[in-house]
Amino acid sequence: MSAYRVESHGRIKHHQPVSFTFDGETVEGREGDTVASALLANGKHLMGRSFKYHRPRGAIAAGSEEPNALIGTTRSEGRFEPNTRATVQEIYPGLKTESQNSYPSLKYDIGAINDRLYMLFSAGFYYKTFMWPRSFWDKVYEPFIRRAAGLGVSPTVEDPDHYASRYLHCDILIVGAGPAGIAAALAAGKSGAKVLLADEGAEMGGSVLSEPGVNIDGCSAWNWLEARLDELRGMENVTLMTRTTAIGYYHQNMVGLCQKLTDHLTTLPEGAPRERLWRIRANQVILTQGALEKPLVFHENDRPGVMLAGSAQTYLNRYGVLVGRRPVVVTSHDSAWYAAFDLADAGAEVQAIVDLRDKVQSELSDEATKRGIRVLTSHTVTGTSGRLRIKSIRINPLRGSKAGRAETVNCDALLMSGGWTPSLHLFSHTKGTLRWEDDTKAYLPDQKAEACHIAGAGRGLWGIGKALTDGGEAGVAAATAAGFTTIAEAYPVENDREGTGISLRELPTDRSPGKAKAFIDFQNDVTAKDIRLAVSEGMHSIEHVKRYTTNGMATDQGKMSNMNGLNIAADALGKPQTEVGLTTFRPPYTPTTFGAFAGYHKGSHFEVTRKTPIDDWAEENGAAFEPVALWRRAWYFPKPGEDLHAAVARECRATRESLGIFDASTLGKIEVSGPDAVEFMNRMYTNPWTKLGVSRCRYGLLLGEDGYILDDGVIGRLSDDKFHVTTTTGGAARVLNMMEDYLQTEWPDLKVWLTSTTEQWATIALNGPNARNLLEPFVEGQDMSDEAFPHMSVSQCTVAGFPARLFRISFTGELGFEVNVPARYGRALWENLWEAGQQYDVCPYGTETMHVLRAEKGFIIVGQDTDGTVTPDDAGMSWAVGKKKTDFVGMRSLSRPDIAAPGRKQLVGLLTRDSKTVLDEGAQIVADPKQPKPMKMLGHVTSSYWSETLGRSVALAVVQGGRDRMGDSLYVPMPGKDVEVEVTGTVFYDPENARLKL
Amino acid sequence: MLLIHCPYCDETLPEPEFAYAGEAHIDRPADPQQLSDEEWRDFLFIRTNAKGPHYERWRHINGCARFFNAVRDTVSDKFLTTYKAGEARPDLAKLLEGQK
Repeated sequence: MSAYRVESHGRIKHHQPVSFTFDGETVEGREGDTVASALLANGKHLMGRSFKYHRPRGAIAAGSEEPNALIGTTRSEGRFEPNTRATVQEIYPGLKTESQNSYPSLKYDIGAINDRLYMLFSAGFYYKTFMWPRSFWDKVYEPFIRRAAGLGVSPTVEDPDHYASRYLHCDILIVGAGPAGIAAALAAGKSGAKVLLADEGAEMGGSVLSEPGVNIDGCSAWNWLEARLDELRGMENVTLMTRTTAIGYYHQNMVGLCQKLTDHLTTLPEGAPRERLWRIRANQVILTQGALEKPLVFHENDRPGVMLAGSAQTYLNRYGVLVGRRPVVVTSHDSAWYAAFDLADAGAEVQAIVDLRDKVQSELSDEATKRGIRVLTSHTVTGTSGRLRIKSIRINPLRGSKAGRAETVNCDALLMSGGWTPSLHLFSHTKGTLRWEDDTKAYLPDQKAEACHIAGAGRGLWGIGKALTDGGEAGVAAATAAGFTTIAEAYPVENDREGTGISLRELPTDRSPGKAKAFIDFQNDVTAKDIRLAVSEGMHSIEHVKRYTTNGMATDQGKMSNMNGLNIAADALGKPQTEVGLTTFRPPYTPTTFGAFAGYHKGSHFEVTRKTPIDDWAEENGAAFEPVALWRRAWYFPKPGEDLHAAVARECRATRESLGIFDASTLGKIEVSGPDAVEFMNRMYTNPWTKLGVSRCRYGLLLGEDGYILDDGVIGRLSDDKFHVTTTTGGAARVLNMMEDYLQTEWPDLKVWLTSTTEQWATIALNGPNARNLLEPFVEGQDMSDEAFPHMSVSQCTVAGFPARLFRISFTGELGFEVNVPARYGRALWENLWEAGQQYDVCPYGTETMHVLRAEKGFIIVGQDTDGTVTPDDAGMSWAVGKKKTDFVGMRSLSRPDIAAPGRKQLVGLLTRDSKTVLDEGAQIVADPKQPKPMKMLGHVTSSYWSETLGRSVALAVVQGGRDRMGDSLYVPMPGKDVEVEVTGTVFYDPENARLKL
Repeated sequence: MLLIHCPYCDETLPEPEFAYAGEAHIDRPADPQQLSDEEWRDFLFIRTNAKGPHYERWRHINGCARFFNAVRDTVSDKFLTTYKAGEARPDLAKLLEGQK
């Protein structure tokens, strides 16, 4: 048996050994141990290396606030997690753990050289040390810093686990199941209110678990605890959740809880989620989160074996582990004395209790003397020794604030306590304010911003008796506020240990304070000296001090460091704490996995994939897809051996020469109907609509009120009071929202109804000289001749027996039709057309060919050729603006001075002098590529393609004063060359529109 | 996540059902062509940017789809009230009184 295991103590199962590995070495623990308690039971304090200086570090705490003992844990392939706190991870057979941030090994870490280079890493070192030469940053400094400093490594394979997500409404949520939380739950539970009690630990009880010597209500603390938890479990209206951390407290009493479900299990239940994120909405919240112990700040206070006294007490009483056989205790608070007594009673030879105060209560010194412990009041600690574990400490008597002559005392652990900080992180998330209380030297809750109650140590009430009473009262108050009636019980407590103390800055020393490595933030390696340096370098706001030094910015969110950092900054600034203020506490309270936040939203559930009724056909026929907004659209249809370029060239040729078929179902569609529909259309779109005849279509342009192009689409008039509006694929929801906005809030008098019909219609576009030949035999109820059904017509007829809205329109420049049929007939119609189209060698084409064909005709794509700063005139589309109209959305802006001014960027065509060169979309355009940098940029390429039809490249671009530059040469700098281009009109193919009129 | 009261549904519902829609009580001028450039600029771009109670519009986009108005404190992020589009601005003093 290990010399550090105490069979008579602890709540673990001493007779159930559990083996796991740490850095490849088998470690034996007991069921109920954490990784940290099992390592400590084996005499191993060294658990990691620090972030910046690679200093050897051990566990300093026993709970989730632990900054040092971060490990990687592996359950099986893919189930690796870095930066897990060894003090929280429960052991199970087969668990593999490893230390972090050390090479080649934890004991001999080459990075420890950083400790000697500490001058380089002082506060603000990022801003100072590595400034020049600039070229060194990418190749030397950054790789060096990245390798040298850091925490664990990222997992390399996809996480095989899944994570659940749930909502829950309750009357009262209680966060923290220590004595105050349990008393609150008992009081609230008896009222009949729906109560949820959550605790981050593996078992409930909080400080009661570490205080077995206390008597409550006439029984021992642990018996009392078991009985009362049983009572709570028996209440149907009360839910208990362990291993459940309240990570954030949001508006209107919404609290996020992360429940760990499997990380402690030996075998994973089939299909069980690893964690579950709860979104709790509570009528009342009770925060009973207790307090966190503060470290003392002195030279070399980070050596393995230096630990919080309360944590040492927890390791003994919960886990049956003596963290040292010959510990020394150094403290400014009574609580560490009790820890010393517990350790001494369990067999430790406590070498000394060093108290920084002049006087302590005589009961404490009497109890120490009774146990043969040397008492040194009015003493300080000024240093420690020991390479990988503490061996001795320097103790100096205090004369006022000066340290006298040092004495060296040998030890194997140093237990420290700088007092306690109420844990008010969640309260602060709500914007609840804190008030500095000089008596307790702590921040306590002041103004509340939510319906919440704080009880116990969170209000600076120490001891189990006070916590129970206060918790009970909070339970009553919360139940009453939620509309229930209950009363609090009385809890007589014996052997309670309340204790008082004082709060200190760095401890006095007889050495140069400038050389002291007195750590405040253990996780980010911030020392007291760093804080003082930051202040002396001009950081006078606590928020600046925090960011300059990174104090409190590590994954522990400053649970241990904030108060010490604040005290020291206040001293350096010569101000009282209250004037220095507090930095902001932010969620999450403890590090939370991305998996928990993502929940079910991963893989195919990450985002909706919208598919058209013809999507299956495209997939069966080998389409390559691309995402467009939330849709997946057929991009091109490669034949065996074809790449994108070859497939698109073939699809373009086939469409121009005979017939192409295209799934246009994703087009946004809005039905605008009602007696005032035409008036509404006149007000929304730039075009005039009054004179558009029934069964006719028009290209519509929609602006924002700022005059810039927002959307476009062909709009058909189905009857006097009904329009079939189409929008861009990505703009459908935006346009409907905008229309609804104007209709509901500006023109509520208009009798108009708007209906999104995007998904009600499947839309199939037929383009090419044979389009009518294919379609005509399928159409009933519409004469398809050019005279009866000219370009820009719409008809309600039947196609292949399906009710249809048939448009004669073209986005390719060829004779074109778009057939809309109810979505459920989309695929059947497609197959009909496909089969009959074989005689015309019908070719299915995708979005890429659609883009090429429209660019050859100079048709714009809103959002590609426009970017939210393009007016109709900029796009060369003044023809779409009704000249006689007196108002429409955006009209007034078209005469704003900067929009009417000359020299705006205008849409033009570009033809490369070398016809084979295809420009890069987004490339900049200049007049003279030889001009000195930075060059004057005239515009950029918006669309650029290889045109198979023309046997050369074509491009669209926006260019300053572009329409005045026709025929001019400009240059497009691209990687390796400057490409000369000629400015042209935007229509490259069939400018007479002869091909539309077949 | 806020809880927001839709004055049309008369229900208090979670924030994901709603979308913010900018400052409230900015009427589109009846005849924009009559406005000076400066007046039109102010209509387009100039907003209160309040620190404190702010009259603003929301839309119950994933519910009844109606636009409505609200008074929300931009410091505390708390809604003081919500009301139907077209109704007059509520009296701020009375709202703040009601909060006490």
